Amino acid sequence: MDLSYGPEYDDFREEVRGFIAKHRHLAPAQQGVRSPQVKEWQRLLIANGYAARTIPTEYGGYGAEPDILKARIIGEEFAAAQVSAGLGGQGISMLVPTLLELGTEAQKRQFIPQTLAGEQVWCQGYSEPNAGSDLASLRTSATLDGDDWVINGSKIWTSTAHLADWMFCLVRTEPDAPKHQGISFLLLRMDTPGIEIRPLVDMTMQPNFNEVFFTDVRVPKDQIVGQRGEGWRVANAVLGHERDSLGDPNASLSRLNRLIHLMQTETVDGTRPMDNPAFRDRLMKIQARVMAMRFNDLRILSARLNKADASLARMITKLQATELRHELEGFAIDVMGEFGLLYGKHPHVRDQGSWQTQYMYFLGLIIGGGTSQIQKNIISERGLGMPREPKAVVKAEA
Amino acid sequence: MEFGLSEEQTLLQETVNRFLDDNANLDRVRKYAEDLEDFGADIWAGLAELGAPALLVPEAHGGIGLKPLDAAVVAECLGAHVTPAPFLSTAVLAVTALSTAGDDAQQAHHLPRIAAGDVRVGAALAHVCGARGAAGVSAGDGKLSGTALFALDADADLFLVADDERRLHLVERDAAGLGIHPLPHVDRTQRMAELKFDATPAELLPGSADGEACRAVIDVGRVVLAADTLGAAQSMLDQAVAYAKQREQFNRVIASFQAVKHMCAEMAGAIEPSRALVWYAAHALDAAPEEARLTACHAKAHLAETGEFVARTATVVHGGMGFTDLLGLHYWFKRIGFNRQTLGGPERVREEAAQAQGYA
Repeated sequence: MDLSYGPEYDDFREEVRGFIAKHRHLAPAQQGVRSPQVKEWQRLLIANGYAARTIPTEYGGYGAEPDILKARIIGEEFAAAQVSAGLGGQGISMLVPTLLELGTEAQKRQFIPQTLAGEQVWCQGYSEPNAGSDLASLRTSATLDGDDWVINGSKIWTSTAHLADWMFCLVRTEPDAPKHQGISFLLLRMDTPGIEIRPLVDMTMQPNFNEVFFTDVRVPKDQIVGQRGEGWRVANAVLGHERDSLGDPNASLSRLNRLIHLMQTETVDGTRPMDNPAFRDRLMKIQARVMAMRFNDLRILSARLNKADASLARMITKLQATELRHELEGFAIDVMGEFGLLYGKHPHVRDQGSWQTQYMYFLGLIIGGGTSQIQKNIISERGLGMPREPKAVVKAEA
Repeated sequence: MEFGLSEEQTLLQETVNRFLDDNANLDRVRKYAEDLEDFGADIWAGLAELGAPALLVPEAHGGIGLKPLDAAVVAECLGAHVTPAPFLSTAVLAVTALSTAGDDAQQAHHLPRIAAGDVRVGAALAHVCGARGAAGVSAGDGKLSGTALFALDADADLFLVADDERRLHLVERDAAGLGIHPLPHVDRTQRMAELKFDATPAELLPGSADGEACRAVIDVGRVVLAADTLGAAQSMLDQAVAYAKQREQFNRVIASFQAVKHMCAEMAGAIEPSRALVWYAAHALDAAPEEARLTACHAKAHLAETGEFVARTATVVHGGMGFTDLLGLHYWFKRIGFNRQTLGGPERVREEAAQAQGYA
């Protein structure tokens, strides 16, 4: 057990801190993807190696050697300073790594620099109304007609579709192949004729998602990543990144600290919730779990550094972290009682209503990105070596 | 940066597990559980040969001078095998007490004997982790009076005893005025006793006067109990998965039913972060003393909850067989139950975690 990063990394941490202290006045307060300030900040971060750090310079990145600890330190320091660590989103977190691994040289040059710079904003078209957990059964089709793919069908849960310039999506191109082998990975412009976007309001009452409908949408045939029928493999090359990013233990810790503050400042019958043994006991239970998830995360980090196996520790992260956050946010609502119900703009609303928002949002995350039930299948099958459920017999028509 | 066990610790784990697989399997454990004349001497002697009681004893006193994390590694193995051995009381609680609060002469006298496996030490600390009923021990003029309930290791040669002021004392088994009354309890892999003191001669550990040494001993003990539960819980999950893969119903192995798979996945989901917490808490005992109390409390209470969940769920996966004595799964169930109450149940320990942060 050695939890120090070493002197080289201590120096690097100082560098990052120095940068943040010197430049934080330039950082955007909010992540509006289109604002010049956001793009300028992103440019500054890339130039200094704090964003797009390991992406080669010819594709608009900083071109550093991969270093897990340095990446970690950057994340930690920007989070601690509450300063924007640059652009995120599915283009940068999912499409760029996919193209780096499987894209053609022309695709890398066309898409990666602009995406990193915030000039091209992406959305992801995977799920469909009838293809959720069973994503590989997706039915949106693309057929070749001359030099174009012609797309028909619909996608759902498409966050940022209304803001995006481009979509990367999975479509069925080989209808006669087995379901996993009939899918291709296409890139398309969102202003292509035949695309209709309808906002989807979720339980937080925000249009965080969209439905996207395709009617004879024509896409040049070279806008495919990988070969025809390889889309499932292309998509899975980076799905792991998304699952990892859903369980950030430092975010849970900062919410826990906020919750502690709440328990020390609210009053019920003139008494602080912290002085109520029942509330205090619940807090301690949750604190232990947040702590355990932080150490689990350190164990995963260490395994990546030292090429050790922590695959089970990693597989359980999405399941445990989303359930824990949902519970933590819900507990804060219990602490506030009726104050916890307030939602919207009013002087009585605590923490801008964030507890209700996050409570609901994390219920969404328990479902999205592979539901808890799908996670349990993965853990039991890949982690514990238990067999798959036998295929159900298709029910006979009555 | 390395979060996890070192090569040496992994080797220690493999060595202890191999010894227990070969010499302390469930048949051997049953024999101990059913025969009060069986002191498990062969098991303890074998563990002593591997260095278990010497683990935390400084090298100057004939020990190996390792760290609490190494003790946690051994405890995990013992929990996994539901081993009857006085590891917690002798190798952890007594050695920590002597090392932190014993004077030179006491250390020179006791520690080498403990390290060699010649002396097993029991521990009567329950009454300073929540005194039940009229339990309590008063000290004066080198003598103890009163009652200590739930002393660990009824068969010990020597007892580490806390008085009500949290000062620590050593009492010989054959000391005048000491009554040792075994307490029948549910986990028959460990023996507990009620100790009665009637002006019983006791040797005070002088460094324990302010009660802090006693608290530190309890911190270490709690982490080691958490590690024991971790090992027991992992073993129960392993047994449940193995059983589900061979048990057939409805013409399928039951491991192919999602209801069963999800129970196993939930157990794994609870155990993995628990493992990281136990490792960290053990590490913090010597590497991060400023947070050690808090992490020890959290490890103890959290593993009590993880353990309870796994003990119940793994038993259910075994169906009716899990409920029988035939399979013996209940030894793990009861060990986890024992660890949950010992040195403070989860509610009490969580309250101490709150106190450690100034919240209570």
